Amino acid sequence: MIVRLRQPRREVEIPGGRAAHAVLRDLGLSREGHLVICNGTLVPSDTMLADDDVVEIRPVISGG
Amino acid sequence: MSKCRSCGEPAVVDLPRHNANFCSVHLQQLCTRQVERAISDHSMFAPEDRILVAVSGGKDSLALWDMLIELGYRADGLYIGLGIGEYSEESHRITAEFADTRGLTLHTVDLRAEHGFDIPTAARATKRVPCSACGLSKRHIFDRETRRHGYDVLATGHNLDDEAAVLLGNTIRWDVDYLSRQSPVLPERHGFPRKVKPLIRLTEREMAAWCVVRGIDYVVEECPMAIGNRHAGLKETLNAMDERSPGTKASFYLGFLDRMAPLLRERTDAEAAPEACPSCGSPSSSDGMPCSFCRLEENAGSHEPVPVRMVLNRVARRAFDAQWGEESSDDRG
Ligand code: SF4
Ligand SMILES: [Zn+2]
Ligand SMILES: [Zn+2]
Repeated sequence: MIVRLRQPRREVEIPGGRAAHAVLRDLGLSREGHLVICNGTLVPSDTMLADDDVVEIRPVISGG
Repeated sequence: MSKCRSCGEPAVVDLPRHNANFCSVHLQQLCTRQVERAISDHSMFAPEDRILVAVSGGKDSLALWDMLIELGYRADGLYIGLGIGEYSEESHRITAEFADTRGLTLHTVDLRAEHGFDIPTAARATKRVPCSACGLSKRHIFDRETRRHGYDVLATGHNLDDEAAVLLGNTIRWDVDYLSRQSPVLPERHGFPRKVKPLIRLTEREMAAWCVVRGIDYVVEECPMAIGNRHAGLKETLNAMDERSPGTKASFYLGFLDRMAPLLRERTDAEAAPEACPSCGSPSSSDGMPCSFCRLEENAGSHEPVPVRMVLNRVARRAFDAQWGEESSDDRG
């Protein structure tokens, strides 16, 4: 599946069939600091992500 | 697929501190209830008050404005153009669009157009970090515009994570003066307007989720000056604790408000009433001298304009180049 990351904007391709929280963990990202948006819809962390999903991982922490 | 705790429909978000998942409708209900509770617990404002919301184009301030309107309050927005390159342009565009599509009133103040300087230039001219000139300018303009347009109160989008990070920083330094003044409400005094923070019971993640389910377009990329700053580091520390033990952030900050702040309040002694700045008329503690904003304006206004990239540290500059691309790195000044 395609995973879109921010700050800076970039895309990585990783295998699907895993829960959103597992993907966050593998990418070294905290659950409390991110939202997972799958095919344009906000989803909870236990959602299983499939190979053909387009997933956005959106950071929510601002430093200002 | 996990289900909403309130209605059993498919959930859109997990909120570990509530040990539950919520659908879009019940996430919104939870958020507006927390805001209503903050407003009433701290007597922030009354239904008939006119509220000015300080909006930056980020998730917190736009969500706050949206919620206040949703709850039936009379709330207008104030946007300040800080002149921080493309970040500011994008923020302005998004904020104006938010107001336009909802038919809301937005006041705009552009620093360069009205005061002859921007934040990167102010940082260079004063040889201080950008956030210090920025904070000073924002406070001055918020106060002035609230007075000028006759609003009863100024509301800002500081959330639970912001306040918990400030509290952690103040506690690590045992800065008792700052601790005793850290409050979600600053009463009106000496010509300064009343200031409130209605989002103190909601986390950053909850605010971002609000924006996503409400379809609010906001600036996801943060201000280039904020990258890797100390405040962001404190937030990460708190989030690491929260992941191991959900609810830590909330109990740290809300517990402080509930049990520690009342003990410290006795310390806040009466400050002397400030005089009026001879140059702009705003209250100033500078003893008959121009206020700190007027001095900044004079100093930075005569300085040659400085591009954003020039005032970033090495880490922030690398992130900035990756974010805004090569065009931005051309203007090396
Ligand atoms: S991060 Fe600093 S410079 Fe950027 S908007 Fe916030 S206070 Fe201003
Ligand atoms: Zn529900
Ligand atoms: Zn002045």
